[in-house]
Amino acid sequence: MADGSEPLDRRKFLKRAATGAAAAAVPADMHAQDHEHDHQVVPSDPALRTKALESLLVEKGLVDPAALDAVVDTYENKIGPRNGARVVARAWVDPAYKKRLLADAGPAIAELGYSGAQGEHMVVVENTPKLHNLVVCTLCSCYPWPVLGLPPVWYKSAPYRSRAVIDPRGVLREFGTELAEDVEIRVWDSTAEIRYLVLPERPAGTERMTEEELAGLVTRDSMVGVAKVAATGGGKP
Amino acid sequence: MNGIHDMGGMHGMGPIRHEENEPVFHEKWEGRIYAINRAIGAWKKWNIDAGRHAIELIPPADYLRMSYYEKWLARNVALLVKHGLVTQEEIDTGKPAPGSQKATPPFTVANLAPTAAQRPSYARPSADAKARFQVGDRVRARKINPAGHTRLPRYARGREGVIDRHHGIFVFPDTNAQFLGEQPQHLYSVRFQAQELWGESASPRDAVYLDLWDSYLDHA
Repeated sequence: MADGSEPLDRRKFLKRAATGAAAAAVPADMHAQDHEHDHQVVPSDPALRTKALESLLVEKGLVDPAALDAVVDTYENKIGPRNGARVVARAWVDPAYKKRLLADAGPAIAELGYSGAQGEHMVVVENTPKLHNLVVCTLCSCYPWPVLGLPPVWYKSAPYRSRAVIDPRGVLREFGTELAEDVEIRVWDSTAEIRYLVLPERPAGTERMTEEELAGLVTRDSMVGVAKVAATGGGKP
Repeated sequence: MNGIHDMGGMHGMGPIRHEENEPVFHEKWEGRIYAINRAIGAWKKWNIDAGRHAIELIPPADYLRMSYYEKWLARNVALLVKHGLVTQEEIDTGKPAPGSQKATPPFTVANLAPTAAQRPSYARPSADAKARFQVGDRVRARKINPAGHTRLPRYARGREGVIDRHHGIFVFPDTNAQFLGEQPQHLYSVRFQAQELWGESASPRDAVYLDLWDSYLDHA
């Protein structure tokens, strides 16, 4: 940006970002102030600005409000970690499926009907008694939407993103997951369009459970790799 | 760019706040801006890499203060104006410019469940790109500091690792984000020992895997 080669320089970006349909919340002279560092007043009400933006876009025919409703409904009610839990449970009860899943996750996940945005290129990594996998996106918030839904706030936030790669054992302890020193931890930083799903260990004492009962034990956190699956863990995230 | 978004390895960001029974969206507007983001992307005026870069351009102090979806709101307004789908005046007034034609939205309910045939992909398997590395090769991530978008985090630059897996040929974000073309390259999963990245205090067993493009790497 010092060389001005960016498609959108910072000052323009923040001016635009700070304006918006509810720009009245930001006095015009705030933009005019020219500090040595960039300075932005965060608009007080993103709800208002989003509403104004949506009505402008609808009025211009740029978005279809019914499609927006459908997106929200999809991610609130249809796509979520229950999808991934079914993948994990199937892998636990069906060795041939597990083999396909670990060899080429995309088609194997699609067998259960799950595909779509942010799941175009899937890789599944398996936990064992001596190996624990943990998934992060240090640069933004990459996450396998079709199998886990949208990420929780902690996954997208600075504390997790900054520390997962440098102190995975400390991060796991914060989630109540203690690993022995002789367990290898592999942290997967999602820097490309490959999306990672952890196949957690099947807990002992679940030999008599049905696939559906097993799926009920599998938590979102276990498929990100911050937790293990407990034999009585149903209902937890 | 060496921005605040590239935070792998930083200290001082505080405890991880794990929320029990967290809703998908905490407020209604978060769902709306998420959906708007999906819908306006369908105009194909920009790409996923340019979208990520627009968030990276938020100044560091604001980046840390704004909530996740506030950043999405800021990014979407910036991209809409920059790429001419709306004018700054329309954003300011909240009204379409007088006499402007009403468009037909490309993103409909049907787009939400694309068939396998139209599923988007970032792989470019038939692109003409040479693989300089194969599984097992020792590599060193280049010391680069581009002012634009890159997916090579600072913590891995100059560090040595091993090619663990070959993913195929993929769109190169560094050029795609700047609208300089997809310039597809081979993409690899590279294993870096934790001690190579963080020094002696890290566990000798642990490792970090990054997905890195061919031009991010040299033979070690």
